[in-house]
Amino acid sequence: MEILLSITIGVVVGSAVYLLLTRELLRVIVGSVLLGYGINIALFMWGGVAPGAPPILAEDGSMPAPVMDPIPQALILTAIVISLGVFALLLALGYRTFEDHATTDVASLTGVEHE
Amino acid sequence: MNNLVVAPIVVPLAAGAILMLTRRLALQRLISLVSVALVLAVALQLAAQVWTEGVQVLYAANLAAPFGITLVADLTSAAFVAFTAMAALAVLLFAFPSLTRAQEEHYFYPGFQYLLVGVNGSFLTGDIFNLFVFFELMLMSSYLLAALGGRRRQLRETLKYVLINSVVSGFFLLGVGALYRTYGTLNMADLAVRISLSDSGGWLTVIACMFLVVFGLKAAVVPLHVWLPETYTAAPAAAVAFFAGVLSKVGIYAILRTYTLLFVEDPAFTHHGLLLWLALATMIIGIVGAVGQADFKRLLAYDIVSQIGYMLLGIALYTPLGIAGTVLFVVHQMVVKTALFLCAGAAERVAGTTHLLRMGGLLTTHGPLGVTYLVAALALVGVPPLSGFFGKIALVQAALESERFATAAVAIVVSLGTLYAVIKVFRLAFWGEVLGDRLVNKHSHEFRAMLIPIAGLLVVSVAMGLGAQQLHFYAAAAADQLLSGQAYIRAVLGEFDPSSYGL
Repeated sequence: MEILLSITIGVVVGSAVYLLLTRELLRVIVGSVLLGYGINIALFMWGGVAPGAPPILAEDGSMPAPVMDPIPQALILTAIVISLGVFALLLALGYRTFEDHATTDVASLTGVEHE
Repeated sequence: MNNLVVAPIVVPLAAGAILMLTRRLALQRLISLVSVALVLAVALQLAAQVWTEGVQVLYAANLAAPFGITLVADLTSAAFVAFTAMAALAVLLFAFPSLTRAQEEHYFYPGFQYLLVGVNGSFLTGDIFNLFVFFELMLMSSYLLAALGGRRRQLRETLKYVLINSVVSGFFLLGVGALYRTYGTLNMADLAVRISLSDSGGWLTVIACMFLVVFGLKAAVVPLHVWLPETYTAAPAAAVAFFAGVLSKVGIYAILRTYTLLFVEDPAFTHHGLLLWLALATMIIGIVGAVGQADFKRLLAYDIVSQIGYMLLGIALYTPLGIAGTVLFVVHQMVVKTALFLCAGAAERVAGTTHLLRMGGLLTTHGPLGVTYLVAALALVGVPPLSGFFGKIALVQAALESERFATAAVAIVVSLGTLYAVIKVFRLAFWGEVLGDRLVNKHSHEFRAMLIPIAGLLVVSVAMGLGAQQLHFYAAAAADQLLSGQAYIRAVLGEFDPSSYGL
C-alpha cells in the first residue's frame, strides 16, 4: 500500500510541477493546487496506512489495538479547507487579471513598467 | 493559565465579524479603532505581566499541553504583539484619510482586523500546526488588502504573490508533517524536549532547511525576495505600510522561534553557516537594489529586504547579544518602517506619483512631511537619539564579540548604503525646485490627518531611543529566555520528568 501511495504522490507532484512550469495561467493555478494535494497524500501516508480502529475507548474503558493516529487526518482536513479557499481566490483573481490584461500567457505578465 | 493571552487574537476576530455586518463607514471606522486600541491596551498589560510573572500560558479548552492547542506569551512575543498594535493603530488612522471610498466599502476594515488576528496568532501560538493556520489566515487577509482597488498592476502582482505563497504553504505543511512523523507531537515545547532527548542524525537539519524556505519567503530573505518590491509597490498605501512594518517581521519571528527552540541540533551548519551567509546576501543585495531605484516605494521596499538581513544576522550569530539585537531591531523596524511607508503614501497622495524625479520640492510646499520623513529616515539609518541605533550597535557588537570582523564590516557598510538611499529620496523628492502637481493642500484637513499617525510613530521611536537602557534590559531578558528555552518549556509543560518520555 505504501508503494502504491508513493507512486501516486510522485505522479501527482510531478504533474503539479509540470503544470507550474507551463506558461498558461489556468494551468499554473491548477498546478499549485495539485501540489497541495500531493502533499496531503504524503501527510496521510506518514500517519500510517495499516488498518486500525478509531482511537475511541471501548465501553469497558480499554483501548482497542491497533488504533489509527487521527492527527495527520485532522491536519489534512484543515489543509484541504484552506487550499479550497485559496483555489477559489486564485481563480477569481486569475479571471480578473485575464479580463484586464487580455492574456493568459504568464510570460506576458512580467516586467516592470511605470504605470 | 491566563486568559489575557488569547485577547489579542479574539478581539480583532470579533471586531472583524461585526464589521462584516454593517455597511456604514463611520461605524466601521469606529469599531476598527476601538478594536485596535483594545488590542494595544491588552498587549501592553500582557507584556507587563510577562515581565513581572514570567511566561504566560493559555491551554485552549483547558486541554493540558501537549494534547491541546497552547497559546504562549513570552517576552519576545508580548513585545512583538504590543508593537504590532502600535503600528496597526497608526496605519488605521492613516487609512481614514488616504483610502478611496470604494476601497473602504470593499471590506478594507474587516480584512485589516483579520490580518491582525493572523499576525497576533502567529506571535502567540505554541503549536507548530496552529502557526501554519495563523500564517494562512494572515496571508489570506493580505491577499485581499493587496488586491483591493483592482488596478491592472495590483491584480497582476497579487496573483504572483498568491501563487508563490500557495506553493510555499505546501512546503510548510510538509515540514509540519515531517516533524510530526519524527517526534510524534506538534506542541513546540514538547517538540523541543523530544528533540533534545534524541539524535536525529541530520534529519532535523533537513526539516530545518524546509522551514527556512517557508519562513524565508515570508520574510523576503534573498534569494526568495523577488516578490516583495513589486507586490508592495502595487497595493494601497495604508495596507503596504502595515505589510512593510509588520508582515515581513512575522517570518523573522518564526525563524527566531524555531531556530532557538527547535532547530538547535547543529548550529555550526544551520546558524553560523546557512543563516549567516543568507543574512549577508540579504543585506547586500537588498541595499544594492534600493540604491538603484528611482521610485519612492520601490526604493523603500528593497530597503526592507536589506533590513531583514540585519535581523537574520542576530539569529545567525546565535549569541545572547545577537538575539537581543534582533529583538530590538524588529520592534524598531515595526515602528520606523511603518512610518516611512506612511510618508511615502502621503507623498504619493500629495504629488500623485511615486516617481522621485516627478515630485521634487515637497519640503517647500509641504514642509511638515519633509521633516517627518527626515526624522524617520535618520531613525532607520540609526542616528543615536533615535531607535535604530541601539539594535544596530548590539548586532555589530555581537559580531565583533564572535570575532566575525568581516560580518561586522558588512553590517556597517550596508548601514552607509541605507543612509545614501534615504538621503537620495530626501534630495530628489523633498529638496530642490518644485516639480509636478500638488493634489492636496498643505492646510487641508486631509493632509493634517495623514501627518498625525506618522508623527505618533516618530514619538514612539524617539521614546524608544531615550528609554534605550530599559528596552535593552528587556531585549536581553527576552534573548535569555529564547536561548535557554527552559522557562518556555517549563511554563508550557509544567514540571516534567524527562524519563517519562521513554527515549
